[in-house]
Amino acid sequence: MTNFSDAFAAALGLVLSLDASLTEIVGLSLQVSLSAVAIAALIGLPVGAAIALFRFRGRFFIVVTVNALMGMPPVVVGLIVYLLLSRAGPFGVFGLLFTPTAMIVAQVLLVTPIIAALTRQVIEDLWIEYEEQMRSLGAGPGRAVPALLWDGRFTLITAILAGFGRASAEVGAVMIVGGNIDHVTRVMTTSIALEVSKGDLALALGLGMILLTLSASINAGAYLIQHSTKRWHA
Amino acid sequence: MTAPRSTPESTPQILPLELDGVCFDAGGNRLIKDISLRFEPGLRTVVIGPNGAGKSLFLRLCHGLLRPTQGSVRWQLGSSAARHQAMVFQRPVMLRRSVTANIDYALKLRKVPRRDRADIIDRVLQQTGLRRHADQPARVLSIGEQQKLALARAWALQPQVLFLDEPTASLDPAATHGVEEIIQAIHDAGTRIIMTTHDLGQARRLADEVIFINRGRILERAPAERFFEAQENDLARAFVRGELLWWHKGKDNRKQIPKPKEDI
Ligand SMILES: Nc1ncnc2c1ncn2[C@@H]1O[C@H](COP(=O)(O)OP(=O)(O)OP(=O)(O)O)[C@@H](O)[C@H]1O
Ligand SMILES: [Mg+2]
Repeated sequence: MTNFSDAFAAALGLVLSLDASLTEIVGLSLQVSLSAVAIAALIGLPVGAAIALFRFRGRFFIVVTVNALMGMPPVVVGLIVYLLLSRAGPFGVFGLLFTPTAMIVAQVLLVTPIIAALTRQVIEDLWIEYEEQMRSLGAGPGRAVPALLWDGRFTLITAILAGFGRASAEVGAVMIVGGNIDHVTRVMTTSIALEVSKGDLALALGLGMILLTLSASINAGAYLIQHSTKRWHA
Repeated sequence: MTAPRSTPESTPQILPLELDGVCFDAGGNRLIKDISLRFEPGLRTVVIGPNGAGKSLFLRLCHGLLRPTQGSVRWQLGSSAARHQAMVFQRPVMLRRSVTANIDYALKLRKVPRRDRADIIDRVLQQTGLRRHADQPARVLSIGEQQKLALARAWALQPQVLFLDEPTASLDPAATHGVEEIIQAIHDAGTRIIMTTHDLGQARRLADEVIFINRGRILERAPAERFFEAQENDLARAFVRGELLWWHKGKDNRKQIPKPKEDI
């Protein structure tokens, strides 16, 4: 097992010395996933709130679809985006395949359903509690949306963090639409997959440590937000 | 204590409120049966009656939270009457914000300009004794304090009519007294009070007139003094004396004698 402990020491060295290729990969990963989550939140929050508050034809279908999309395998999303963006596909003219933009698009598709579904749940519960008071004050569901999003803010932040967790950890979609091109579309998960298959455990382990730390911090952050704000939403 | 109020010229009156043949059905049952009445400005009306009689439904119908299945609820200004009313619910609904922000949001919805809000909030917090809680999250207040905040929020809107649904239902005597004083002060400032209660003592203390509802019907409406002296309706008398209503063979509930707790 010397091989493993050597690799581990080398990995630690890479992380601590802020190795250039490592930081580049981490930087791109964060850029892609944070952009994807920001866009997904901009879409998912209002869509989730709308599904929660309004009764319209096909609502049941949408609720079920959004919930189903939450569990969609990243490789399937990757495949769909690949087909859409490939030369022959409907958006082929933009030449986006194998760019960070393509990876962002794929991750938006992965994360939006999570944020929308959790938002729907949060807003629906709040509205049940608030409805009569809001209507009495003169706010129907439409006018109440900003207030409901604000009052659900702590839970919604957790939803967004969950989305970020999913985006930064998935490998299938970014691999297919990004192509894992060095210096262009190589992110943490895809390079771990590559380096392991090449036998370069040091870089893979170093990235793995960072990924693990990231996901642990996200979970710790979500927990702290929930608990430190209990008195506001108890 | 009395807040300066807008003069009648500047704000048109939404009263009298007229209910005409109002019925309300839900789940295949007629829960409110043919209520016709008129509320003039000025008084304090207390609605009493047993559990499940329809008191809360009655207030919601008046306030416009429910639409009657039959009949009509007419305010003088039609649909714009809504913004001159407020309602305090049996269980206070507190937004997940500070005490101040709870009132501020209500004022914002009623389009009170931002520069006027701070003064109004300060005044109602003062008047309800909540000033020292101004910056606390509303939901950490005790139930009694939350109920006072609900009153402060309603008061800030300076409604012409205030509906209160059992405003002291889960409060201790001291908190009840506090809430009654606030209701009185709101009324003194010119607001028409229409409320329900299970506390006959409270009804005696606050009512100018009493409405007795049983099984979705108004069985008696009388000036408070006269009502508490002698109830004309048999069921009302039984209720005030604390006799159990279903033992009483009123024509409205004869059929239900074997089933005590059946709701309408
Ligand atoms: N949405 C609804 N669907 C079916 N039944 C309802 C609905 N709302 C109220 N009811 C019924 O209508 C009756 C009157 O209810 P309401 O809440 O007005 O009673 P109440 O006089 O306020 O009673 P309490 O003193 O217990 O508050 C009850 O039997 C209740 O179960
Ligand atoms: Mg009630």
